Amino acid sequence: MRTYFGVVLAVLAKDALLELRTKDIFVSTLVFGLLVIVVFNFAVDPTPDMVVSVAPGILWIAFTFGGVLGLNRSFSVESGRGNLAGLMLAPVGRDAIYFGKFLANFMFMLVVEAVIYPVFAALFNLPLIWELLPVAVLATAAVAAVGTVFSAMAANTRSREVMLPVLFLPVVSPVIIAAVEVTGALIESEVARQPAPDLNPWLPLLILFDAVFLVVCPAVFGFVLED
Amino acid sequence: MSGDDVAVRIRGLSKAFGRAPALRGIDMDVPTGATLSLLGPNGSGKTTLIRVMASLTRPDSGEVWVRGVPLRTRAPALRRMIGLVGHDPLLYDDLTARENLRFVCRMFGVERADERIEEVAADMGMSANLDRKAGVMSHGMKKRFSIARALLHDPPVLLLDEPESGLDLEAVGLLDAIISRRDTSRTVIMTTHDLERAVALADRVAALEDGRIVYDEARPPDRDEIRGLFASEAGSRRDAS
Repeated sequence: MRTYFGVVLAVLAKDALLELRTKDIFVSTLVFGLLVIVVFNFAVDPTPDMVVSVAPGILWIAFTFGGVLGLNRSFSVESGRGNLAGLMLAPVGRDAIYFGKFLANFMFMLVVEAVIYPVFAALFNLPLIWELLPVAVLATAAVAAVGTVFSAMAANTRSREVMLPVLFLPVVSPVIIAAVEVTGALIESEVARQPAPDLNPWLPLLILFDAVFLVVCPAVFGFVLED
Repeated sequence: MSGDDVAVRIRGLSKAFGRAPALRGIDMDVPTGATLSLLGPNGSGKTTLIRVMASLTRPDSGEVWVRGVPLRTRAPALRRMIGLVGHDPLLYDDLTARENLRFVCRMFGVERADERIEEVAADMGMSANLDRKAGVMSHGMKKRFSIARALLHDPPVLLLDEPESGLDLEAVGLLDAIISRRDTSRTVIMTTHDLERAVALADRVAALEDGRIVYDEARPPDRDEIRGLFASEAGSRRDAS
């Protein structure tokens, strides 16, 4: 068990060190996310009514599509130099590698979201809504859980940049819809200056997605890696 | 041969990629402490066999045991006993050699990691380059660290897939010294195209052709016999073309 968590933490620490050195994922994801928000800010008139209806979608497009760029990079660094074999030689189940990569992707995506969100709030004239934090954590966990498997799968294909979004986005679209719905309800109550409902019905759905993805994805990960 | 004497046992191992068979019913026993040279032309299945033994490629049928540990049901325990040097150096270009090796130490739970890293780097004559990034190293230097990487957790079975490619003479000498070391019970399985080295280093030679074992002798091999095997193979290919 010590080795298992040792491998999870080793993969996480290695990815964090690589990212600190190269900043490949951070820069590409952040630039894309900010571009989406700035472009949409010019494209739509951010009146209070308009903000309630379009801002949640814009925010989650920026998060998810930016995340795709980062997820693409996550396994290209492994497969490019054959390093995937090095990971696969670890003396633990392949799910340990999965959880290490998942935690790294989850962490990178959350960091980028933490930078994008204040910019989004400022451009769309919204206050910072702290209740969005659990929504972001739950939805990002689901996106990273699925994305980690599909990025491993896509990394072994010739057109991985195309393959990842084609495989990944249809699977995570229910998660994005749920996140948009919860975000919309929170923004709406903030704009109307009313208290948010205690439990948004979409929130348990996000928890369910997390539970399902974090059980299924590590289980299939080993099959994705081997020839 | 009793179970304790066999480091690697292979039975009925087959693997195909799509419709192209790579291994066809391989049976093989490699005694503990032996050095086996695996010969064969390109595409004969040497690398696939090594990858299956390292649990990187899933066989279609058959089984591999390393020191009695079966691949199909106890792959993680099997991987702990394997050190692999493949075609790729398995190093991250943006990390230094020391950081790369430390990562491997953490994965295998190697104790006294820093000391062990110094030891294996010294064995490969690379102590002075430990703090250089892998991305700025030559292919040969990476290969030396790749060998160091495989030795870090002191595996009882070392799988070497054409380990001499890209190495200079000094490094080949260091590698040969590691392979020939008799103070350990380490088993070495090595693929190579270098017949001279295969015969000189190994106490057993096997040859693969089209995914089948066509030669496997425990007795000290006769160089002419090995040469003859490949000469006839080359001849039959010429005739066919």
